[in-house]
This record gives sequence, structure tokens and C-alpha cells, in this order.
Amino acid sequence: MPITIKMPALSPTMEEGTLAKWLVKVGDRVSSGDIMAEIETDKATMEFEAVDEGVVVSIDVSEGSEGVKVGTVIATIAGDDESAAAPAANAQEIAPAPVVEVPPAAPVAAPVAAPVVSVPVASAPVPVAAMPANERVIASPLAKRIALDKGIDLAGVTGSGPHGRIVKADLDGALGSPVAAPISAPAASFAPAPLAAAIPSPAPLATDIPHEAVKLSTMRKTIARRLTEAKATVPHYYLTVDIRLDALLKLRTELNAALGAQGIKLSVNDLMIKALGKALMLAPDANVSFAGDQLIRYSRADISVAVSIAGGLITPIVTGADVKSISTIQKEMTDLAARAKQGKLQPHEYQGGTASLSNLGMFGIKQFDAVINPPQGMIMAIGAGDKRPYVIDDALGIATVMTATGSFDHRAIDGAEGAQLMQAFKSLIEAPLALVA
Amino acid sequence: MAESYDVIVLGSGPGGYVAAIRAAQLGLKAAIVEREVLGGICLNWGCIPTKALLRSAEVFNHMKHAAAYGLAADNVRADVGAVVKRSRAVAKQLNQGVTHLMKKNKITVYMGNGKLLAPGKLEVTSDKGTETLAAKHIIIATGARARELPFAKADGKRIWTYRHAMVPAEIPSKLLVIGSGAIGIEFASFYNDMGAAVTVVEMMDRIVPVEDADVSAFLQKALTKQGMSIMTGAGVQSLETSETGVKAKIKQQDGAILDAEFSHVIVAVGIVPNVENIGLETCKVEPDKRSHIKTDAYCRTNVPGIWAIGDVTDGPWLAHKASHEGVITAEAIAAELGNTEVHPHPMDRNNIPGCTYCHPQVASVGMTEAKAREAGHELKVGNFLFIGNGKAIALGESEGFIKTVFDAKTGELLGAHMIGAEVTELIQGYVVGKTLETTEAELMHTVFAHPTLSEAMHESVLSAYGRALHM
Repeated sequence: MPITIKMPALSPTMEEGTLAKWLVKVGDRVSSGDIMAEIETDKATMEFEAVDEGVVVSIDVSEGSEGVKVGTVIATIAGDDESAAAPAANAQEIAPAPVVEVPPAAPVAAPVAAPVVSVPVASAPVPVAAMPANERVIASPLAKRIALDKGIDLAGVTGSGPHGRIVKADLDGALGSPVAAPISAPAASFAPAPLAAAIPSPAPLATDIPHEAVKLSTMRKTIARRLTEAKATVPHYYLTVDIRLDALLKLRTELNAALGAQGIKLSVNDLMIKALGKALMLAPDANVSFAGDQLIRYSRADISVAVSIAGGLITPIVTGADVKSISTIQKEMTDLAARAKQGKLQPHEYQGGTASLSNLGMFGIKQFDAVINPPQGMIMAIGAGDKRPYVIDDALGIATVMTATGSFDHRAIDGAEGAQLMQAFKSLIEAPLALVA
Repeated sequence: MAESYDVIVLGSGPGGYVAAIRAAQLGLKAAIVEREVLGGICLNWGCIPTKALLRSAEVFNHMKHAAAYGLAADNVRADVGAVVKRSRAVAKQLNQGVTHLMKKNKITVYMGNGKLLAPGKLEVTSDKGTETLAAKHIIIATGARARELPFAKADGKRIWTYRHAMVPAEIPSKLLVIGSGAIGIEFASFYNDMGAAVTVVEMMDRIVPVEDADVSAFLQKALTKQGMSIMTGAGVQSLETSETGVKAKIKQQDGAILDAEFSHVIVAVGIVPNVENIGLETCKVEPDKRSHIKTDAYCRTNVPGIWAIGDVTDGPWLAHKASHEGVITAEAIAAELGNTEVHPHPMDRNNIPGCTYCHPQVASVGMTEAKAREAGHELKVGNFLFIGNGKAIALGESEGFIKTVFDAKTGELLGAHMIGAEVTELIQGYVVGKTLETTEAELMHTVFAHPTLSEAMHESVLSAYGRALHM
């Protein structure tokens, strides 16, 4: 029997990916565990291993193909019971012949689908029509029925049921009422409030200006979708404080002197991660997620740290930043950032988190307002620390000061609660010994 | 140094022991604290032993009606002592089963009274002394007990709670059952089958008030036909015990007071949660309006690290609800402790089945017709009588019906309500369907085996859309 190899779902949210590179060619023998291809998902490039044994008889999706839907047949291998002697001949026959469960696209599906749409009677078979013909969307019968009635494209809805299955509640969200979100890790891959339709593309640009059109990477598309969703659906508000850094910088110098022998060098950002983690535990009302008809309160602070990488950004997570020592945070961040830049992070290392930290201080940015990363309730934006005139003991002096701005989801965190977090964050940085105890 | 665990479960009923097993499956170090006997009320004094009693009553009933099946069974009589003995043996067997499961899953069992000292700290007191344990997470699963009447405490002689009613020394000659929820009706049915003259008093205007009104009406008729006397909209105002029996003052629906004398009384007027002396106040765990522990969809209390499941929390107060919460909680805890493989999902209360093992049996899931209308749904309602079902007729148990409630617009199965033979087993078919968010289309498209009682489930769905085949 020929074995069809399908585009794998390499992360829970992955709907499509780019086939970055084939590492096998027609005629190659593969066995279980061999790396067959490199696949670029929305966040990372991952290696795709063979599960079965046999000879590659066809490669159905060429290298560099983008937007390959999960479940699409990308290659076929012949099992060991078949003659491996004539792989080429086999390939001709097998590749187009659908031995495959994946719907073989337009010609067959369209005529069936069309009448269903035009006659939406109660007992009509559950519509395949609500989704593109070659993509299997996992949704409950009721969700499919409602989607058909309301004209919702299920492909644009994130499922909150088991294995990401789309259930009625997810569509209620799309129709404007709250969604009960599942948890997984403490911070969870909550279904981000699903939108009824895909985000509309902006109007095409005028073409007479000399320009180059750069195709969006999968990551870029995900960033665009997630952040548009966040700004459009999360009511943001912003709280800004000035924080004196002198004590923290002094502490860092002392710590680095003491830890130097072990080869540990703490960055200001490592201390900020710790401070935010601890502040969230001191002001737990800000360590929450809005989840439709409920509020999720976390009993641990997992900090997503924005890391700029080629072509976009990613937010690896320092879990339990409230309890980890700063040197542990430093070690983890060094490792996470390095692997983030190589595109080698595992999904669980960047999905989740209870709050985010973004630092643009190194670029001399004085202050900025960051976009919340749902379902998180807040993000802290850190500006540059610089010497400023500062009133010290009723006299004008010079101090190293930075400006930090928290963006908060008002559905989950009220102003006073956000302010308490900012206050706790400021106190911890200005009296930083609490960070090491 | 206190022994330290990832999870400690306080209470080993169907919520607690299941939570501990799931936690252990997920690689967490788990312990369970039990003050009385492993398995809790359900296994030892509730669900299971009553099912054993009711099975005896059922067989007894069959024997009494043997002639209807062409069989002769003369001089049929019940040996109460042996019936109770069998019920206790069944409970014992399951209790040992739980002991084995704890061992198998390497769950440490502490026998004694558990009390929270602080989040993450718990004290166990037994004859052997006091021991302090530490845990990252604590699950409270202490369950509930029978609510007592303010004017008449159960004495175990004439006035019984479920606990006394489960181990009768004799069959009461004249029994008053106060309350017609699942517990009251099951005992009423048992004792009626066993030969007692049974009167049921219910404050609401119908018996089994949580069920669909059609089911209540049908059951009342069936039980009355079996000789039971049922008073709805009525309340017992006082009970006066003597050596020979109990005098009751019952205020009837029309306001008139009835004085009646009974040999025994069973009080089944609901439950109260076991929230006392377990340290909830010390830890500032918040109760809800009815003094149950308040929890979120993942069974978290207001105090981080303290969780609560089962009867000690909001209803429905059913063993399977407690067990399911146990699983969700164990998974949510594992997730909080960093397990990224588990994905707990909150339970949909509309998908929790309820079963009452009277004769005929009652089972339901989801909204009643009245509730669905109240919620603003436009409905399609199906109804199929077991008299139209071949298997039911062959069994000689053709009384009852299956009612299905659909949303007319979406085809969503909103509720199903059944009364009749074996419906407590049948209901699961609809529960699976509801959990998968079925519409009428899938149910109609499902092939039902013939001849089975389940075919009536199919017919009920078909009838909601005017397509029933055998009616």
C-alpha cells in the first residue's frame, strides 16, 4: 500500500505552513525517524520526521510552497510490501490517484457543495460547504450548522474544544457573546476571541511609486492577525511611571562582580523580568486573563519576553519568573533567545505566558505603549534608562531614570488594579534587594 | 519535616479518589485524607448500596409477577436481613476496590480528620496522633450530608435519614417519605416494592421537581398505581415519636392539616455541605450563598492552591459530576505545575445526566421543555411512548416515554427526558450526542440496533420533526 504523507500540524494553532525544504527526493528510502523536510510554521522552522518506512515515490508539494494547509498530501511513500524497483512508474500512477482521505479538491467537491448552500433545509446533510473544499475544519455538527446559517467562515475561527475542535461557544464569540475559554498551561492557549471573518486586507497601494512587494512570511501573517485582533477587541488603557534605576544598577554591578567567577552576567532585562514576575504576585489582580464569561486568575507569573528575530518577533516564556532566581532567569533567557533567533523554539516555549515584557531601551526609546498579547491581561513596555534631572530630598539632582508603561486589558483589570501593579514594579526596582531574597 | 506532596485530596468519595488517581496518572505525587471509609458516601452509603437494594426489589417484583411471563413462583417473600447483607457486601467489595486503586496508583492514604492550616498546609488527626502535611495544591472533596428537619432530628429508630434507611432491621409497615428528589423517590420505590405502605410528601407542586413536568406527572401516576400515596404542595409541620410510631402533622395543598400516624419516617429534604472544622475559615475560603464552597470553572476557590469539587461545591450534587470535576481539577493543577500536555476543559452543566432508580426509572440530560422555552428557544419537541417499542413489549415493561427537546433554528439537542425500563442506561446515548454538539441530523442518521429499547430514542428524535415511524 502506498502511504500518503500529509502536512503535519506541528503546533496546536498551526493551520498552514510553508514547505521550506525537502531533505529527501523521489527514490530515497526513508525509515521511521528520518528527517524528511523542514516546515516553517507561524513561529518557527521545524523538522518533519518520517513515521513510516518505505521508498519515496512522489513529492506532491514542491519546496518553497507557502500556505500548505494541514492535512494536504505532500508526498507518497511505497511501503515495504511493494516493489521498490519501479518507484518512478509507481509515482506516476499513485500521485494523482486519490488513495487519500483528503478531499481531492474542486471538481468533485464543488457540485456536491453548491446545492447544499442554496437549500439550507433543516435535515440537509451537515454542510461541507462552509469551508474550502480541500481543507478539513474540525468542528461540531452544531457549530457547522450555525456557521452555515450565519455565514461564518469556520476557517477563521479558533476552536476551544478538545484538540482545538470548533464548538458552539466559539461561534457565540464570533457573534458577539462571551466564550468560555479552556486552559492548558497556567497561561494557556485560550482561544483568542475569534473573529467572524478574516481581517480585511487594506486597500491595494498605488503602484506608480517605485517599490518592491515582499511576500509575507507565515510569522508576519500571524503577527498581523494576532495584533489586529488584540487592538480591535481588547480595550487597552495605559499607565506610565518613572522609575529610578540607580539602586538596581548598583545591585546589578555587585551581583555581576560576585557571579563573574561562575561566568554569569545579568542584564538589566533579566532583573526587569524578575521584577515584573514578583510584582504580578504582589498585585495578583493584574495577573489574570479575560476569558468570556470568566476571569482566569493565575497563581504563577510566566513572563513572555519579546525577542526581535529576523522577519518578526517572538515571545519566549520564562515560566515561574516570580520564584526563579535572577541567575536562572538569565540562563534561560540566553538559551531561549539564542534558539529563538535560530527558529528552533518548541511551541510550548512561546505559547502561553501570563503577562509580557517588551524592552526598547537599547534603542534609546524613552517611552512607548505596547500591544497586549491576548489572552494575557497586560504587557510592560520598558524605555531607556538615562540620566535626568531628578528631585532628590527636595533638591534638584541627577538620577538614572527610566519610563515604563503598562498596557492593560480593561475587561479584566481595572485602573486601580493596574496602578497597584505599576506601583509594585516601581518599588521593587527602586528597592531591588527584594528581588534577590 | 512535614511529608510533602504535589496534591493532597481531602475526602475520598467519587470526587476525591478520582482526582487523586488522575493526579497520579499525570505524574504528580498525591495523597488522600479520609476520616471514615475509602470511597465516601457514594460507594459505602449512597449510590451503590441503594442500587443493590433496588435490584433486590426489582427481582422481588419480577417474582411476584412471574405468572405474567408464564412462570410459577409460589410463596415469594423477602428476607430483609439477607437483602441488606447483600447490599453491604456489594459496598464492601467496592470499598476494597478503591483501596486497591490507591495502592496501584501509589497514592498515600491518611485515615483521620483533615484540617487546613494554611494554603499548602494540612493537619491530619487520628487516634495515632496529629501529623502535618504539606502540598502545593489541596483539593477539598468533603462532600455533603443529609439535611435534617429543624423540628425533628433523625434518631435512627423511627426517623431515618438515607443512612438508616439503607440498613433496615425490618420493613416499615407504614412509611412516610419527606421529599421527592432522587433519594426520597428511590427509597419510596424500594420500600413500596418490598411491601410497605408508603406516603410521599413533597413541598413543590410535583414530584421529582428537577425533571421535566411530563416526567413528574407520568411518574406520579405510575407510583400511585403501584399503591403509593403522594401528596404534593404539602409540608410536614411536626413529627412526634413514640414507642410505636410517629405522629405527623401534614399541611396539605388546600391548607387543611392532616394528622396521620406512621411506623417510620425517612427524611430526604436535600443536603448540606461538609464545610465545618476543615479550616476553611482560617484560609479564608469563600462560601457561596448556600454555604457551599465557591469555585470557578476549573474548581479553583478564591484562595490560590486550594480547589474544591463535588457536593461541597455548587450542584448538581451527583457522584459523576464530582468525579468529572476531580479529573478537570487534577489536570488544571498539572497544567499549573508546568505540564503542557494536558488541556483541561470546563464541564458544561447542561451535559450532566441525572438518573433516578425508582420503578419505572427516570433519566434526563439538559434543559426541560419549560426551561428551554424560558430561555427563549423556539422548540421542536419529540415524544415517543415505549408502548410503540417492540423490545419494551417483549420485556413486559412498556410503560414510559422518551421526550426530546430541540432548538428549532439550529437543531441543537437541548434536552432529553426519559421514564421507563433501563432509561438510566439509555440516557448516555444522548449525553454523548450532546457533548459532541449533535443536531437532529446526526441522530436521525444514526443506525439503532433492533430490537432494543434504544430505538425509542431514535423515534423520539424523528417525532420531533414529524417523522416517527412506529407511531
